Formats: sequence, C-alpha cells, structure tokens
Amino acid sequence: MSSHVLAYKPLRGFTPVQYAVCLKGIVWREGLRFLHQRERFVAALVRPLVWLFIFAAGFRQVLGVSIIPPYETYVLYEVYIAPGLMLLIQLFNGMQSSLSMVYDREMGNMRTLLVSPLPRWFLLCSKLVAGTAVSLPQVYTFLAIAWLWDIQPPLLGYVAALPALILTGLMLGALGMLLSSISKQLENFAGVMNFVIFPMFFASSALYPLWRVREGSLFLFYLCELNPFTHAVELVRFALYEQVNWISLAVVSGCTALFMLGAILAYDPSRGLLARRGNT
Amino acid sequence: MIELADLRPPPGSPGLRAGATSPFQGEVWPALSIEGVSHSYGARRALVDVTFAVVPATFTVLLGLNGAGKSTLFSLITRLYAVGQGRIRIFGHDVARASSEALRMVGIVFQPRTLDLDLSLTQNLIYHAALHGLGRRESAGRANALLQRIALSDRAKDKVRSLSGGQMRQVEIARALLHRPRLLLLDEPTVGLDVKSRAYILEHVRRLVKDGVSVLWATHLIDEVAENDDVVVLHEGRVLAQGAAARVREQANAHDMRTAFLALTQTTESADDLA
Repeated sequence: MSSHVLAYKPLRGFTPVQYAVCLKGIVWREGLRFLHQRERFVAALVRPLVWLFIFAAGFRQVLGVSIIPPYETYVLYEVYIAPGLMLLIQLFNGMQSSLSMVYDREMGNMRTLLVSPLPRWFLLCSKLVAGTAVSLPQVYTFLAIAWLWDIQPPLLGYVAALPALILTGLMLGALGMLLSSISKQLENFAGVMNFVIFPMFFASSALYPLWRVREGSLFLFYLCELNPFTHAVELVRFALYEQVNWISLAVVSGCTALFMLGAILAYDPSRGLLARRGNT
Repeated sequence: MIELADLRPPPGSPGLRAGATSPFQGEVWPALSIEGVSHSYGARRALVDVTFAVVPATFTVLLGLNGAGKSTLFSLITRLYAVGQGRIRIFGHDVARASSEALRMVGIVFQPRTLDLDLSLTQNLIYHAALHGLGRRESAGRANALLQRIALSDRAKDKVRSLSGGQMRQVEIARALLHRPRLLLLDEPTVGLDVKSRAYILEHVRRLVKDGVSVLWATHLIDEVAENDDVVVLHEGRVLAQGAAARVREQANAHDMRTAFLALTQTTESADDLA
C-alpha cells in the first residue's frame, strides 16, 4: 500500500454560531416539510374544529361547567374545551413529527441527522424545537377561527399562552420522540399512537373538569390527575387567562425533561436500543 | 495481513509535509483504522475481530457479499452504533471518544437513499451543510459548485423526487462532499443503477482520490475493483484478505479477482451475484 500524508489541521468543537446554524437548519427543514404537506395542516385544524363545532355544540346543554379557576364566571362548554383542543393539535403534531422520525429511520433520512458531528443530544433537542415551532402556527390559526366562534380570551392571554404552548409542545414532542425510539417499525408506531393519543386525551381535563370525573369514578379521577396531558391542558388554560398554574408548570417541566432524557438515552449509540436491534 | 504500524511512514519520509500541524507529535495516522472490531446483534455475530486500515488518498474497496457485515461496519464507523469491542479511528480520532472530531472528517453515502424527496437539490444540500454548522451563504456557494461539477446545476431547484436513481446518487455524493471531508465512505453506491450510471459514479469518485480524498467503497460487485485499488475482503464478518489487488490475488493463488474472491470465501456464487 502506498502512503500519502496530507497536511492536517485539527478542528475541535463547534462555535455557538455553528450550533445556531444547525438548529436553524433543522427548524427550516421541518418547516419546509410541513409546507409541502398542506393536507397535514388542514387535518391538524379540521380535527379540533370538528370537536368544537359539532361535539361541543351538541353537548353544551348537557355538560354545564361551574365556576372553576381560572374562569371567574360561568363559561360555555366551547370555551372550556378550547385549551384541550389546542393541546390536541400539539399532541397530534408531536406524534406526527415522531412518526416522521420512524419513517426517516426506515427510509434512511434519519441517518443524515444522526451522523452529523454535532452532539446527538443537541440534534435531538433541535428536532424537538423544530416540531414545536411547527405546532405553534397551527394552534394560533385554530385560536383565530375559535375567536370567530366567540371563544375570546383576553388579548394578553394569547401572548401569555405562548410560553406555555412552547413548553407543552416540547413535552408532547419529547414523548413522541421517546416512543419513536422504542418503536421499531412504522406499523408498530401507528399502534402506539392509538394507545397513546386517545387514552391521553380522554383521560384528562381536556373535555370535562376533573370534579365531574371524580363524581363518576374515583379511579379515573386519579388516573386523570396523573396524566401529564391534564397538566399541559391546565397550564395552557390558566395561561390563556394570564394566570400560572404552578403545579401544572412543575409537572409539565418535569415530564419534558424526563421524556427528553429518555429519548436521548434511547438514541444514544452506546445505550440505546437501536444498535441491539440492528435498526437505525 | 498488513499491520497498522506498517501504514505509518517513518518520520522524515517524503510524504510527511514539513511543519504540518499534527496533534500526534509527528505521528501519521491512516485515514481510517479499524482495530479488532467485533459487533453482535443479540447472539448473531455480525463482525469478528475486524482489522484493516485505509491509507490517506487511496481508493480502498471493501468487498463482500450481502450480509458480510459491510453496512454494520459503516454504522460503527459513523457512530450510528456504538463500538463495543475494538477501536475505530479516523485520522487518529477515536470515534467513540472524539466522535465530533472524527465525524466532521467523514462524508458518507449510505446504501438506502437518504435524500429528502420533497425538497429541492439545493435545499437538501443546504440542510446537510447546516448539520455541519456551515452558514447559508457558504453552503449555497459550495452546493452550486458541486452541482455544477456533476452537471446538475440546471436542476438545482427541482425536487429530488424528479431525478433518476443515478442522479440521486450523484447528489448524495455531492452532499457527502459538501463539508469537505477527508474520508469518503460509500456503502454499495451503485446498487440498482444502470451500467452507464455505475461507470460514471465510479469514475467520479476515483477522481476525488486524486484531489486527496481517501475513499472506502463497499461493494459486492467484483468488476468495480481496479488494479491499483486496495482491497479488503470481508466475509461473514471476518476479514479474509487485504492489501493491493495484486497481493490479494497472490494470496488466493488466483489469476483474477473473481477467482480469488471465490477461493478466499469458499463460495460458489453465480456470476450474477458478483458482477
């Protein structure tokens, strides 16, 4: 064998600007993918709007809501379920984003991301931020339509809800990412979605206040209390009315960190499940 | 078998550029060194004590049948899988310990297509550049130059979906070169392509070696091995022979590479499987 030697200039580490460029690139790509999938945007809006216009309208007489924080008066049922429907958008978005990770893994696109020289935890966090960023315009478009339906929280509430929505978007995205790392194939992940989305949504305070659930079943009440989705809904509900639900904030923050840590570990080549299964 | 130590020229050898910055105190490393690497999927051993090296600015063919362990090895080199046993170094950087330093020197073309079909050629390249921390202006310039080199600059704004299989492979190679790596890994890059596309891509990559890029080309197609290439024969996870093509033939006491490969692997594959 011949021996050629090249001049070697060692490069170590990355500058903050390079990290920012990478994050921007991942968010940009996620945004482009979203724009190319217009039906995904329509589906994301139609789902909660159907709940709002049909389900809530039908049940507004049956399901009265008493005065409970953060509301200071009786509210219409549509007003009550609006935060839950906002979170439904984010829940589906988080799972959709993770579904694309499973797809990318099967198709090989995910490898492009994972062989980047930047730290893997940073790449996964960037992917998470990108997914959350894509969810926000969807939620605010829903709020704009809901405003026409007389769901009109205070104007400042729209601003106050933004950090809450970012946090809940990160939590649900992290959960999806964790599930995508566990799921080996696309078909399996579809099953996971069914076992995660619907139980999370229905066993929460999204559709009915927990005091009503308690009247029906104490077990279900505790289940709803333990459900992080309940706290995500409550965090956003309070934020929309310019208040902070500290318990929900703590639970959502803790769950975000926990799910993210789990996803990073699962995607870590030395600890994760992928190498042991021979699937990337 | 060639020892890794053989690949390091003695100090003062003609290849060593005087005054070149080196973190290894004058020691010169192979572009890629695989040292005693083993890997298992559960009870199934995919790689067994694999050792070989790629000399800088050479074209090395990793030759093996499907299931030989080539893709597993690529996954270990690029840290998609963790190196459990053995050590992999890229220009001296341990992939397990200094993965960032190692990976930034590597460009890779995986066996399955990894382009985003719904994005344009330029968008795919710029996304890849961002993953290496390259700014938009710089990456756009590089992307344009690379697309010109493969005569696809007029398709820059087209969606990848509209390209042929051969063109997609060319774009993937361009993408792998965007961050100017010193080592290019290609895993069965010509599989599924017609004869003309295969020849074009092979020629294109061989030209890169003249520019100083080290290439590890994994394939099961024996006709892709040229006389001047270095060859590593991988079979059922083990390296059976390595060295210059002529040396491998000698080792197998064969007059051509096909006969040598069949003798080394003791297989009776049909000609269609190998070419």
